[in-house]
Amino acid sequence: MSKVRNKQPRYRFKPGILVQSWLIQHLQACIFSLGQIIKNPLGSLLTIGVIGVSLSLPAGFYLILGNIDRVTEHWGGGLEISLFLKQDVELSSARKLAADLSGKPGVSSVEFIDREAALQEYRENSGFADALAGLAENPLPHVLLVKPLETLVTTGRGEELLASLQNIPEVDSAQFDRQWALRLFTIIELFRRGAVILAILLAFAVLLIIGNTIRLAIYNRRDEIEINQLFGATDAFIQRPFLYSGLIHGVAGSLMAWSLLAIAALLLQNPVVRLSSLYHSDFRLIQLRPEESLLLIIIGGLLGLAGSWVAVKRNLKDIGLS
Amino acid sequence: MIRFTNVSMRYAGNMYALRRINLFIEQGAMVYVTGRSGAGKSTLLRLVALIERHTEGQLIVNGQNLERVTGRRIPLYRRNIGFTFQDHRLLKERTLFDNVALPLVVAGYRYQEIRKRTQASLDKVGLLNKAKAYPVQLSGGEQQRVGIARAVVHRPALLLADEPTGNLDPALSLEIMRLFEQFNQVGVTVLIASHDLDMIRKMRKQIITLREGKLLTGIGQTLNEHDNEQGTEQTT
Repeated sequence: MSKVRNKQPRYRFKPGILVQSWLIQHLQACIFSLGQIIKNPLGSLLTIGVIGVSLSLPAGFYLILGNIDRVTEHWGGGLEISLFLKQDVELSSARKLAADLSGKPGVSSVEFIDREAALQEYRENSGFADALAGLAENPLPHVLLVKPLETLVTTGRGEELLASLQNIPEVDSAQFDRQWALRLFTIIELFRRGAVILAILLAFAVLLIIGNTIRLAIYNRRDEIEINQLFGATDAFIQRPFLYSGLIHGVAGSLMAWSLLAIAALLLQNPVVRLSSLYHSDFRLIQLRPEESLLLIIIGGLLGLAGSWVAVKRNLKDIGLS
Repeated sequence: MIRFTNVSMRYAGNMYALRRINLFIEQGAMVYVTGRSGAGKSTLLRLVALIERHTEGQLIVNGQNLERVTGRRIPLYRRNIGFTFQDHRLLKERTLFDNVALPLVVAGYRYQEIRKRTQASLDKVGLLNKAKAYPVQLSGGEQQRVGIARAVVHRPALLLADEPTGNLDPALSLEIMRLFEQFNQVGVTVLIASHDLDMIRKMRKQIITLREGKLLTGIGQTLNEHDNEQGTEQTT
């Protein structure tokens, strides 16, 4: 045993110690940043509040869209496109078209209604049998009932399918039953796009808010930065507390956003339950799931980190020593 | 320890703060840099601490050519230097302990080590009992002593003091200078910029005189010669 030990170099590199001092430095910077925020609660709270409101808007839209999706979940299922084929289309080619269409992307299923069968059924059920008997030829066209995929309709792309079906040569006319539902879905899709744009703009706003807060903090602590540099602080040491400050502001802001959403949901819960009971529905408002809440916090933290990173990179050069 | 070879420091627009300085300061020496305001005393110290950079000549400190000390090497180089200021530049919102501990925190020492050394350093300047006080609660002399405690806490090889007694009365000034002398006696090279000639004479150390950025008298010239020089300077 002792022989083996003697062969080892006298100074052994211990990565454990390096990791430990790295951790200690980060912990120091993190605690220091927290301390700075607690020392100046008003300024930090204002920043956190603005971030909270900015993040709660896109997160709120996300929730509203989620709830709308749940309400309209099965509305797309009943929708069908009726394709009225031209009178001169043969039975065989109509059947072939039905088979082709059922393989088309975005199409769930195709039901073929034979014109002869349709006339027969009409004769039996309508009570106009005598009048129909006088007709020289069958006035009804072959009809294909195309059922689009539900997801296609609810994402507002039903109209595209309708247009493409209308362009098939054999088709005389194509129409959606319940056009209003289709339009609703298109409007929801528009709303969804709008929410994404708003989310991007507000994320940018959060970046600017945090960037400005960190910029002010840097300028307020010019003296300290200079003294630190004079006594041999590395750039990383000086940047670290500001980056942590950005991260903490971002995370606190997203927690604030989460709380705002929870309060809003609480206020809306009862009216929503009353409304849905009028429609004989047991619909309840959905709220952020744990993983979505975590995502919100991570996004807030990352925005905070990014904002402070930009501020630190831009402003630390202007101050301090050469 | 420090060697200036034809060192000049020129600002934009051909203004020379220092011009062709040749100087050698031995390891373990205690040297006063004197001269009027604007003669370049502070600049000399700032060049050594790499707060500013010389524009011509060669400057070697502790075996390192300062032209090659750039980027990430600057912080490591500065960890071997202690610096005190006339306005002491303590951080107002931090206790004396935290102020003095700063160079150790910056260098990533462990807390136990930081506490031990900071207390020793505060004890050395006689302010250990005020470790939890804030700078504003202290007198000018005490603040200067805290600045010195901060400058030596990381046991630098070189101590640079820029007008450390500028705002103090003669008795306090002498007390501060005796403190520097104590650090010098344990091997720290000390370089003090001061215009307080009366006090400097009492200390009987090496003196460098600067005038309008040029070296008027260097090390090795006798005190008497130097006195005459200063005398004629003061009459002009």
